[in-house]
Amino acid sequence: MKLFTRRAGTSHRMRRALSLPLIACLGLSLSLTGCSSSDSGHKIRIGIKYDQPGMGYQDGKEFTGFDVDVARYVAKKLGYSENQIEFVESPSANRENMLANGQVDMIFATYSITDSRKKTIDFAGPYYVAGQDLLVRADEKDITGPDTLNGKNLCSVTGSTSAKKIQDKFAKQVNLVNQNSYSDCVVALNGGVVDAVTTDDIILAGLASTKANRGKLKLVGKTFTTEKYGVGLPKGSDKCEAINKAINEMVEDGTWQKLVEKNTAGTGYSYDASKNPPKPTGGCA
Amino acid sequence: MNFFDQLGALFTKYDVLGAFWVNIQLTFWAGLGAFVLGSVLALMRISPVPSLRFVGTAYVHTVRNTPLTILMTLAILGVWTQFQLSFSTNFETNFFVYAVFVLAFYHAAFVCEAIRSGVNTVPVGQAEAARAIGLGFFASARLIIFPQALRGSITPLGNTLIALAKNTTVATVASVAESSGLMKSMIEFDPNMVLAIFFIFAMGFVIIVVPLGVATTRFSRKLAVKR
Amino acid sequence: MKLFTASSDTSTSVLFDAPGPRTRALTRWFNLGAIALLALFMVYVLSVMGAKGQLEAEKWTDLFTAKAWSAYYLPGLVSTLSAAAISVITSIIFGTIFGMARLAQSKIIRWFGTVVVEFFRAVPVLMMMIFFWLFLGKFSAFSPSQLPFIAVVAGLTLYNGSVIAELLRSGVKQLPRGQGEAGLAIGLTPGQTLRSILIPQAMNAMMPALLSQFVVILKDTALGYIISYPELLASARRIGSGDGNVLQTLLLAAIVFIIVNFSLTSLAGWLSTFMSSRTSAPKKKLHHLPGEVDDPNPPTMQMFVLPGHRK
Repeated sequence: MKLFTRRAGTSHRMRRALSLPLIACLGLSLSLTGCSSSDSGHKIRIGIKYDQPGMGYQDGKEFTGFDVDVARYVAKKLGYSENQIEFVESPSANRENMLANGQVDMIFATYSITDSRKKTIDFAGPYYVAGQDLLVRADEKDITGPDTLNGKNLCSVTGSTSAKKIQDKFAKQVNLVNQNSYSDCVVALNGGVVDAVTTDDIILAGLASTKANRGKLKLVGKTFTTEKYGVGLPKGSDKCEAINKAINEMVEDGTWQKLVEKNTAGTGYSYDASKNPPKPTGGCA
Repeated sequence: MNFFDQLGALFTKYDVLGAFWVNIQLTFWAGLGAFVLGSVLALMRISPVPSLRFVGTAYVHTVRNTPLTILMTLAILGVWTQFQLSFSTNFETNFFVYAVFVLAFYHAAFVCEAIRSGVNTVPVGQAEAARAIGLGFFASARLIIFPQALRGSITPLGNTLIALAKNTTVATVASVAESSGLMKSMIEFDPNMVLAIFFIFAMGFVIIVVPLGVATTRFSRKLAVKR
Repeated sequence: MKLFTASSDTSTSVLFDAPGPRTRALTRWFNLGAIALLALFMVYVLSVMGAKGQLEAEKWTDLFTAKAWSAYYLPGLVSTLSAAAISVITSIIFGTIFGMARLAQSKIIRWFGTVVVEFFRAVPVLMMMIFFWLFLGKFSAFSPSQLPFIAVVAGLTLYNGSVIAELLRSGVKQLPRGQGEAGLAIGLTPGQTLRSILIPQAMNAMMPALLSQFVVILKDTALGYIISYPELLASARRIGSGDGNVLQTLLLAAIVFIIVNFSLTSLAGWLSTFMSSRTSAPKKKLHHLPGEVDDPNPPTMQMFVLPGHRK
């Protein structure tokens, strides 16, 4: 398995490089791989979120969450051992760039398969079919679905279109609040200034299942969109088929089920069985 | 589509001017608030009451050493979510008011120091003369010291105003739809135009800031007390 | 702390008399009233926090676990300090180059220096950071995990370097004309005069303002959290969002920032006294300089010093 080694050499060294030499290198590295030297083992670099509890989260030196667990499983099936995996933070804004530049080999970061993204990158999977849902306080009785949100305060992340969708389609009189992260939305929800948080159900379940929120929040459980989470790959990657095969095996041997349950424990969340577990077929060119 | 068509399309697709208008409004209101609070603080720091001096000094040193970003985050996550203190039922207005308060709160410390440095430009004789004709603390501060001090502190005040204008971009942390947030989403949606987009926003600030600087220099010369 | 005693000696003030017995009694009542009000306010704050469950012991004790410090706060602080330290160095380099460009003989170089310096002083640091973060991502030469760091350093360098360039220029301009003329008279080229005579002297006057600019750099690293640089504020939020005590972790981060900046400010004050003690030339401070007005040691209020006590 030496498929990813060439690029691994360059960027991995860059990352390791101390700050000072790094500056000195910047000029050089523009021209060529001025800062890289010998390769540092056959590593695979996987882009994940670092700040999404329950999906991709940096917990001390460890990484936890559903995306991370799936990534580990898939990498193992591709022939990489645990210590050959290098996790790299891939914020939403940078995901396509990071793949196109070869800075990561694959991305597991609540990455919805869309046609516009398919123009620049490839997707394997899906490994999960999420849907937009609502997260409310555990004692909430009024909010039972997106159409009961009139007059309520609904929180979502700046730049996300999910809240707008609710306003346009379900509840015209909903008050939209934007925050910088879903964690902030959950703080506001616990504080009582907003009544519901909306995004994909599994993200909400992951948030609700953190130690601090367990038992305080619940999901409404009426999904009204379909988001297929795929594995982001560079255009023309030859990994696609192998990844799909690994995902299929994961579903068949029961690991998929276990991982979903593990990462949403304590929230009463159950995945939408009409869409899950997914059958990864499409995408591979 | 050639480059200029794309550039034009950017302006029709996004409300760039509207975003800058938010920054200008933030600057205006926060500037006003910072000036009032900063003057009070400066007065406290030169007052006869030791406790007031202590509070003024402690305020300035604490606020000056705290990053604005943290203050802004704390205001939203701390005050808004926990104390449910809302200034408006409209969330946009609410966050705007929060941003104004935080910016005013932060820059008041700098206004205070600017005025204090202006106080130092007033010769001792002025204060002595004020005392000699029988003016008390407030009277001499209001009639003699402050008017001269303000004229002497135009430059640092102007610098604070410029810093404030640029710091309004931090309001993006408080979910205010201002220019730096718009620039970020524009680059995310039109990544091929990244250089042009940055240039537009950078020039926007040059247009706001450079005249402020020129005006500052001009007024500080014009209003300087001839000695 | 020296900072708090600068003006506490009431007897030397000319704006007001030393308070008499009546004023002192009034002040005492006023203080008591203020303390009572403050106490009431604190009770209100604590009761609201209690009602929201923010006073649960766990939310506060979680701040002081070994894991929290070894995995979050200390790495965050190291990121903050290293970005600040690198930016200080690069800003000085940038500032020296462009400060000299603004003092150059050639009109074109001067003009170029002015445009660059004025431009980067006008653009908000946050905007530069966002731009570099998203722009440099297009190039494969930059490792994605280093991008936020590079963007933070680039943004801080361009702004603070420009401020330093301006400091250098006004420091040189404020020197007596004779200094430059003497340099030329003994046969040095204009460049040599600048380097070996003018800039070393200007440095002395610049020192306090330069050091306080470093506090600005340190504070502005916190902007890096917006572009996902894992500095102190970002790690505070990250652990807070996992443990559900964002409020507490943010307060802790603020306190750490205040402590670090306060020590830097005190160091700046000490250094500037030390520097001025090394030269017999009368200490001349640069006033009304560009950038944030952030004088670490505002001049003591000479005007309130009675004639007899004047230094």
